[in-house]
Amino acid sequence: MSLRTVRILLWLPLVAFLIVLGLVSSGLIKPHDASVHSQMVGKPLPAFSLPSTRAGQPPVTSASFADGKVRLVNIFGSWCVPCAVEMPQLVELKREGVIIEGIASRDTPADSLAFLKRYGDPFDRIGDDKTSAVQIAIGSSGVPETYVVDGKGIIRAQHIGPIQPQDMADILAAMKDAQ
Amino acid sequence: MKRLAVLALLMVPGALRADPTMAPEPLSYTQLPDPAQEARAQALMQTIRCVVCQGQSIADSDADLAGDMRALVRQRIAAGEKPEAIRAWLIQRYGRWVSYTPPVDAATWPLWIAPILLLGIGCLLARSAFRRRRA
Repeated sequence: MSLRTVRILLWLPLVAFLIVLGLVSSGLIKPHDASVHSQMVGKPLPAFSLPSTRAGQPPVTSASFADGKVRLVNIFGSWCVPCAVEMPQLVELKREGVIIEGIASRDTPADSLAFLKRYGDPFDRIGDDKTSAVQIAIGSSGVPETYVVDGKGIIRAQHIGPIQPQDMADILAAMKDAQ
Repeated sequence: MKRLAVLALLMVPGALRADPTMAPEPLSYTQLPDPAQEARAQALMQTIRCVVCQGQSIADSDADLAGDMRALVRQRIAAGEKPEAIRAWLIQRYGRWVSYTPPVDAATWPLWIAPILLLGIGCLLARSAFRRRRA
């Protein structure tokens, strides 16, 4: 090896160090987003039929979403603390005339209804998703998650985590986009 | 001592206790009666990522959603569905990220070609190094 190549090679460790430094600092500046975004956004709702959580009501079916109305679909559980956090915002959305359908994940109807009695009930209909089948089919990785579904039954947007007061404008804008 | 124990209990964050109270799906913790089907289900479950724990497969994860996904895999295998069809169905929902076995395609070929390439470079380096020693 000539002296010149050795001189160039001597810089390699420093270059490698700078690359690692760059990687680490970029990770510090912009932390990794660990939320799982559903790939079903832009696709029709998966076909489902869930029994209603409210006794004596007809089942909630995916076909019923294609009636021209934009809706929110909220996946919740009575056992989920962030779900209780977002309930006032959902109740407010309902007051503003938004149709919200609930999907109760891994819950008993009695627990779901007690939860809604305590925190307010924003839901038009509630489907009882005991085995998370619809939750998985829709590409949701946890509760609460909220989906905007347009009048043709196509999923247009996903909100991961509780809807906080500062998220209200985004949700309403996403619903307007779906009109 | 007792006081300390009570204090420790109080310090458990609320979120830890916020889990579904329902019993898990039978098939999430029970093997299929047919060993061949169970083997196919196991092989698939070990290569599907848990969307809650994210570093574990659904076979390893204790998350409720992973349990529901195991039940879903076993139900579909028992119904005669091919494992790769179930994988494709999950990828359609959660993205390619959910599968631990990346397919060879436009985005992933460097991943597959890199080890072969590095091995080749290593062989060349070793060859030239040995040659020099002999000379």
